[in-house]
Amino acid sequence: MAKHETPLLDQLESGPWPSFVSDMKLEAEVRAKNEAGIEFQIPVDVVDDLMGVLELSYVHGRTHWKHGGIVGVFGYGGGVIGRYCDQPEMFPGVAHFHTVRVAQPAGKYYKADYLRQLMDIWQMRGSGMTNMHGSTGDIIFLGTRTEQLEEIFYELTHNLNTDLGGSGSNLRTPADCIGSSRCEFSCYDTNALCHFLTNLYQDELHRPAFPYKFKFKFDGCPNGCVASIARSDMSFIGTWKDDIRIDQEAVQAYIGGEIAPNGGAFKGRDWGAFDIQKEVIDLCPTECMWMEGKELKIDNKECNRCMHCINAMPRALRVGQDTGLSILVGAKAPILDGQQMGSLLAPFVEVNPEDDYAAVTEVIESIWDWWMEEGKNRERLGELIRRAGFQKMLEVTGIKADARHVSEPRCNPYIFWKEDEVPGGWERDVKEYRKHHKR
Amino acid sequence: MAFVSSGYNPAVPMENRITDIGPRHFEEFYPPVIKANKGKWLYHEIIEPGVLVHVAESGDEVYTVRCGGARLMSGTLIREICDIADKHCDGYLRFTTRNNIEFMVDSKDKVEALKADLKDRKFAGGSFKFPIGGTGAGISNIVHTQGWIHCHTPATDGSGTVKATMDEMFTDFQDMRLPAKLRIAMACCLNMCGAVHCSDIAILGYHRKPPMIDHEYLDKQCEIPLAIASCPTAAIKPAKHELPDGTKVNSLAINNERCMYCGNCYTMCPSLPISDTEGDGIVLMVGGKISNRINPPKFSKVVVAFIENEMPRWPTMTQTIRRMVEAYASDARKYERVGDWAERIGWERFFEKCELEFTHHLIDDFRDHAYYTWRQSTQFKF
Repeated sequence: MAKHETPLLDQLESGPWPSFVSDMKLEAEVRAKNEAGIEFQIPVDVVDDLMGVLELSYVHGRTHWKHGGIVGVFGYGGGVIGRYCDQPEMFPGVAHFHTVRVAQPAGKYYKADYLRQLMDIWQMRGSGMTNMHGSTGDIIFLGTRTEQLEEIFYELTHNLNTDLGGSGSNLRTPADCIGSSRCEFSCYDTNALCHFLTNLYQDELHRPAFPYKFKFKFDGCPNGCVASIARSDMSFIGTWKDDIRIDQEAVQAYIGGEIAPNGGAFKGRDWGAFDIQKEVIDLCPTECMWMEGKELKIDNKECNRCMHCINAMPRALRVGQDTGLSILVGAKAPILDGQQMGSLLAPFVEVNPEDDYAAVTEVIESIWDWWMEEGKNRERLGELIRRAGFQKMLEVTGIKADARHVSEPRCNPYIFWKEDEVPGGWERDVKEYRKHHKR
Repeated sequence: MAFVSSGYNPAVPMENRITDIGPRHFEEFYPPVIKANKGKWLYHEIIEPGVLVHVAESGDEVYTVRCGGARLMSGTLIREICDIADKHCDGYLRFTTRNNIEFMVDSKDKVEALKADLKDRKFAGGSFKFPIGGTGAGISNIVHTQGWIHCHTPATDGSGTVKATMDEMFTDFQDMRLPAKLRIAMACCLNMCGAVHCSDIAILGYHRKPPMIDHEYLDKQCEIPLAIASCPTAAIKPAKHELPDGTKVNSLAINNERCMYCGNCYTMCPSLPISDTEGDGIVLMVGGKISNRINPPKFSKVVVAFIENEMPRWPTMTQTIRRMVEAYASDARKYERVGDWAERIGWERFFEKCELEFTHHLIDDFRDHAYYTWRQSTQFKF
């Protein structure tokens, strides 16, 4: 028998999509029966009370969590999101309902035994409910009490060799696309770079030292499967400098209808026979492709590497072999001054694990040096760039201004010059001027 | 419920403390076929909705079966996922950046048994535990947020709106009939955690009333200058307030005419609660994307200024999304994302084809950028 009536939530059990309500009921039932004989460290009926408070929110159309909550573990300034119910007498099981962010492996690959060990800790010391995963990438343990936080952290670090993720004004948990582990488009090993930088900057992740939050994301190519250009302050997107590799036989196989375009992504509808002219050549944004007899030609110098032709004919076209990444900076959601996507800062950066990715870390650290000093309280990097100017960022990173840095040159003539760029400087004597220009 | 120590000693908290070890190394969790062929993949193919094959230079193949996940999931369900991975995949699995679950096997003859097993698993209420799909030109999982499950600033619920929408669009999770992939995202307030600002269709929780001011507590609970600085439209200023008992306190004044209910001041100051049953609801946005394919990334644009919260299934919202998806599916060209289509036909035509009312709320009025969104041209369609 359920602890609370949930007539509204019950309506979300029907329909084909996996029902979070059914899943919560399952967990509530497993806890109530406790066939595994677990010594639960927080109330047995925590999930019942979670459903109860959610049902009340469905009745009121308002949240029932109190504002904020500051909890954590010694040594760290973040990693746990504190939360308290605003009706603790009605729902004592969720009077404390803190979230623990747990660092996830790059690429979100797992082995069953590891996930089971995580759940052994979590079902005993927490609600047993999770998010797999938070938007930033963390494994989310959803709901526990303050006195369990150190216990969970001790078990995670001592028994599972696993750390917390980030929260607060610091480097948040970096995340990556699947990269070269299972994708032929990937221009670098996103898993390796993500893991390396996460470890290199552990201090910046666990102890807030920044004006505001800062995120890294790693995309293997411009398709953006981890959406770094929209969802990270520093976005690392794989690219290449040389020619797209063409297998002309495979091109003919596409033209002949032997291979479905786009890996078969359009199989659900009859779009007619594949037409390379219409579907690839005419859609190329730079018009740098053409057929010469039976040969597909690409003027690679004019290619902007948008990925369309490679996406459309993955068996015939491959990314180049001289690979690296582009760094774009400043993406953020609307608060405060409006949303931003990443703007291109470094068009091509070498990815070299042999020298600990020195070319990448140099850009990161010069950006941090600047933003940590100049950024205002709760000012994202993207807002500092707008306030101080893109030129200032180029100056601090030592990157030379380049036409690639703009989608178009400015149209207003309100141009600043540095004094030393102008012959004679700015110190002038009006008396000297008046000798030639009477008042 | 007896307390069980982990070994942590609260009397000497810094003793035996392990810190800064980061996540586990990804290679521990690579299936052998992934480890052996990393960086040597030649091509891939979508065999059917939800099933992919990747072929390596060595000739090795890895078959991936992608399943929908609710993101909010129980330990019991995670254990079931582990059992499936043990049974079919030598214990290996992964999650995607849209919170789907991927099971991988190293030969084609293992795929059918895995699929059959997944298809049979349902919750007591009847919904699928592991629906197969989410590939190609269809609708994959909805990137979403906490809502009323855990957050203090939402204007709507995350899990409920997502379940209602995915039920409505479910056939497109298991099909690939659209002109291009269609990404739906959801955020329960305009902090926009996740991908609302860059998705084909986006569900956004929104308030419509200025915050209430808890004058008695404000100066005790809040750093007043932070609340002032948190307002994008400078609607907040410091003010003295006289309580009913005559006590004068430091507090804030909000100019309601300048407030657009973003709720950021409540984020900074607990004494400015904003949520409201009738005032709160949903904004719909469309036309965003993050890939660089053909066109550069785009922000999503607001096309429906308000839909009321209709618990538990938000029918007006899901039907409006359905109408937009069908208009797009029938009118857009192959490879065109929703934003590409809307820009080609013109936004006036988009509103007509989607049968959406255009109201004044949709015209940008935030700072200098707004001007660039008006139409400096005689080019328009009647």
